[in-house]
Amino acid sequence: MSAVTTRNLPKNSSRKPGLTPNGRKRNSLSKGHLPRWATPGIAAGSLILGAAASTLGGFSVVTFAIFTAIIFVVASAIITTVVEGSRRGKNALATHLVYAAFLLALIPLVSVLFTVLQKGLPGINMHFLFHSMNGVTGAIDNASVENGTPVLGGAYHAVVGTLLITMWSTLISVPVGMLTAIYLVEYGKNGPLARAITFFVDVMTGIPSIVAGLFATALFAVIMGPTARMGIVAAVALSVLMIPTVVRSTEEMLKIVPNELREAAYALGVRKWRTIAKVVIPTAISGIASGVTLAIARVIGETAPILVTAGLANNINVNVFGNWMATLPTFIYYQILTPTSPTNVDPSIQRAWAAALLLILMVMVLNLGARLVASLFAPKKGR
Amino acid sequence: MSKRIDVKDLNVYYTNFLAVEDVNIEIEAKSVTAFIGPSGCGKSTFLRTLNRMHEVIPGGRVEGEVLLDGDNLYESGVDPVTVRSQIGMVFQRPNPFPTMSIRDNVLAGVKLNSKKISRSDAEDLVEKSLRGANLWNEVKDRLDKPGSGLSGGQQQRLCIARTIAVKPQVILMDEPCSALDPISTLAIEDLINELKNEFTVVIVTHNMQQAARVSDKTAFFNIAGTGKPGKLIEYAETATIFSNPTVKATEDYVSGRFG
Amino acid sequence: MTTNALRRNGSKGQVGDKVFSGAALGAGILILVTLLAVAVFLLIQALPIFSADPELVSGGEGFATYIFPIVIGTVIAAAIALVIATPVGIAVALFISHYAPRRLAAGLGYVIDLLAAIPSVIYGAWGYLVLAPALVPIYAWLAENLGFIPIFEGPASQTGKTIFTAGIVLAVMVLPIITSLSREIFLQTPKLHEEAALALGATRWEMIVMSVIPFARPGIISAVMLGLGRALGETMAVALVLSTGALIPSLIKSGNQTIAAEIALNFPEAFGLRLSELIAAGLVLFVITLVVNLIARAIIARHKEFSGAN
Repeated sequence: MSAVTTRNLPKNSSRKPGLTPNGRKRNSLSKGHLPRWATPGIAAGSLILGAAASTLGGFSVVTFAIFTAIIFVVASAIITTVVEGSRRGKNALATHLVYAAFLLALIPLVSVLFTVLQKGLPGINMHFLFHSMNGVTGAIDNASVENGTPVLGGAYHAVVGTLLITMWSTLISVPVGMLTAIYLVEYGKNGPLARAITFFVDVMTGIPSIVAGLFATALFAVIMGPTARMGIVAAVALSVLMIPTVVRSTEEMLKIVPNELREAAYALGVRKWRTIAKVVIPTAISGIASGVTLAIARVIGETAPILVTAGLANNINVNVFGNWMATLPTFIYYQILTPTSPTNVDPSIQRAWAAALLLILMVMVLNLGARLVASLFAPKKGR
Repeated sequence: MSKRIDVKDLNVYYTNFLAVEDVNIEIEAKSVTAFIGPSGCGKSTFLRTLNRMHEVIPGGRVEGEVLLDGDNLYESGVDPVTVRSQIGMVFQRPNPFPTMSIRDNVLAGVKLNSKKISRSDAEDLVEKSLRGANLWNEVKDRLDKPGSGLSGGQQQRLCIARTIAVKPQVILMDEPCSALDPISTLAIEDLINELKNEFTVVIVTHNMQQAARVSDKTAFFNIAGTGKPGKLIEYAETATIFSNPTVKATEDYVSGRFG
Repeated sequence: MTTNALRRNGSKGQVGDKVFSGAALGAGILILVTLLAVAVFLLIQALPIFSADPELVSGGEGFATYIFPIVIGTVIAAAIALVIATPVGIAVALFISHYAPRRLAAGLGYVIDLLAAIPSVIYGAWGYLVLAPALVPIYAWLAENLGFIPIFEGPASQTGKTIFTAGIVLAVMVLPIITSLSREIFLQTPKLHEEAALALGATRWEMIVMSVIPFARPGIISAVMLGLGRALGETMAVALVLSTGALIPSLIKSGNQTIAAEIALNFPEAFGLRLSELIAAGLVLFVITLVVNLIARAIIARHKEFSGAN
């Protein structure tokens, strides 16, 4: 919103239309301002100086970019200060710093995505996708490095584990989270219990993921003995992380369903629970579904709670109620930290990046899916 | 298919705040009764007590009796849902269900309660209700289109069709034309005139001409000041209220001296 | 009195209402119970460590001596993350709310949100395999030229797997939190304040300092606190990136440890007393993040009361 006002602010003289109709006479309002070519001019100068400075200590793209940016920010601030005064100088400095911050924030994003693509793509093949690590030993990795044969072993078991554990945590979290949100919006109204629940849902949002993992372990340890490690424990841990997100997004969506619709249903002699189930929730379903999808996207990449709850498996396990289970995040973690072959780590690293690419794809698909779902289920409009 | 309403000594509260005080009124079956009065005088609040919609608002409660053909709505053990299926309500702003088609909107009262209804019965009910709401000819070719695609006046008639479809005894209307243009308003007023052949109609309106045009009897509500409860000042034949009221406040109001 | 016709079959169907509202209430209470259970079960499992013979605890000098260095390590890593992420995050939020062309703003906001969508283990892998090696020459330079300052004391790590690297990775993970919350607050700044400042002849930066920042200050503080909560509890970035060791002041040598990473690295092999020790550490982490988050929430709640902009 506010961008409207600020966008129209003239940056320098050339941006003021109508003031210089013939373009010859210097407008009194633009006196003492930098000409339009000043910014690109300073940028060009900074590029040259930046290149020169970076060659002093061995040229590299990184130092070149850093020097250029610093020189540009400092130089344009000084020049603006000299020509237009210190207030405008400060403004120019702030503007360039803000732009620089944004570019800086993009660096890790671009770097992570680029690295994952570059190092993950070579490892993605049918063998990787449809085989587990069962029977893949250090010797096999050593052999494939020495003979230059394709890397064996894949992430099929981890994909299966990820999907199963995520599915179970979704099955736990969605009903609990949605019902809680329904209680908060439709029944609790602002009562003491509703306020307590809202407060503790906030607290739950802040639970570190590893603590959620510890909780699930401790819970099952009390019930089943200290060595209970299996898929369902991980699913419970992930639910602790997922429930608050589901509650929050569902609550927001239920709140924006107009009260008129509830009253319309009541006035037709429809019971409250049917009104909620058949009028309120269908009206809000697009938002709820996209909120749930985002919540799934969040927990599917969680590593720490899985480490302490599901153990580590190299083979395919489809039973969440028994035996250890692997997921993509733990697969990545262990492949990096404890390579299958300690002497030849490359096959493990390759598998880790390929798994990372798979995981990022899953998360991105879920994120895009959330947007798609939101528009797909939205109440039909138009005539 | 219509019943009378008798209200005895009714006080309406929001938590501890007395919003409407001591109303006594008899509403005849198969008639149109209009409630008029300045903003905030409690006429809408009172209307909502007639089908127990008032208690949907947190803190809403009443004292006194509302009798539907002699049966008290507020007797303990009476389910508000039963009351509302007998006394329907049309709201200020048209509110068709956005997720449903025109057909499903008409059938909402049946479908939302999961009542069994055969396909042909459903088709008959849709046609009968839409004809009853003077909407059939306009929408018969697009029953599967969303109800929110209609114009405001059509949406309001769809809401009336939806209310008729549950076959109530009484239809309450809370300023049903205030969000509509003059032509749509006229269509609704014509409809109200037809509805009274079958239903008891109670309408709240800001528009005195509208009250004069559609109603048989008119009730004037007023409020002494902010924070004071609203009261029923005068209730009589519409012609009497507008030509020869007995209370000074009514005369001032209908002649446009305040409000 | 005659029988009331409205009472007939009155209770039919009310069962559905009761079941539904009961289920909703039950779900809400389940959340309260779960949270209580988190506290209770962690406490039960952690208890043995507090009564154990100090010599049996890792380090051999009792739990307090064991937990102290890793609490400090956790705080150091989180502090590095915040020092980096706070200015950058606020500037990015300002960029999106007040500098970027309006048509781009929403899209750019989404790009920053993507940073939050990337799983932490991938950040960890990136930090381990890309960022850490890239930082080695910088650390060497720092140790050589600024080595007289304790935090840059050499010799610098040859792998780059230091707490400073971990802090940078944490900063990247915390950045989207700070950005998205601050952005929301910046956009809520009353337009009248902004226009009043501009009408006085203020430059854009002066307008921001005069009207946006004062309005958004509590929001920024709570955004930073929430970011802190995340940085304290984040596990994978540290577990993968940091080459752990004893508590040391230098940020560019191998060493230091955080609670979350300590648990993740040791839990899979732990049993008996070591298990209680790690769960107790988790409990400490839980309490620390809880306090931080509560403070953040309190600031938000107070702000909501006074802002008047609902």
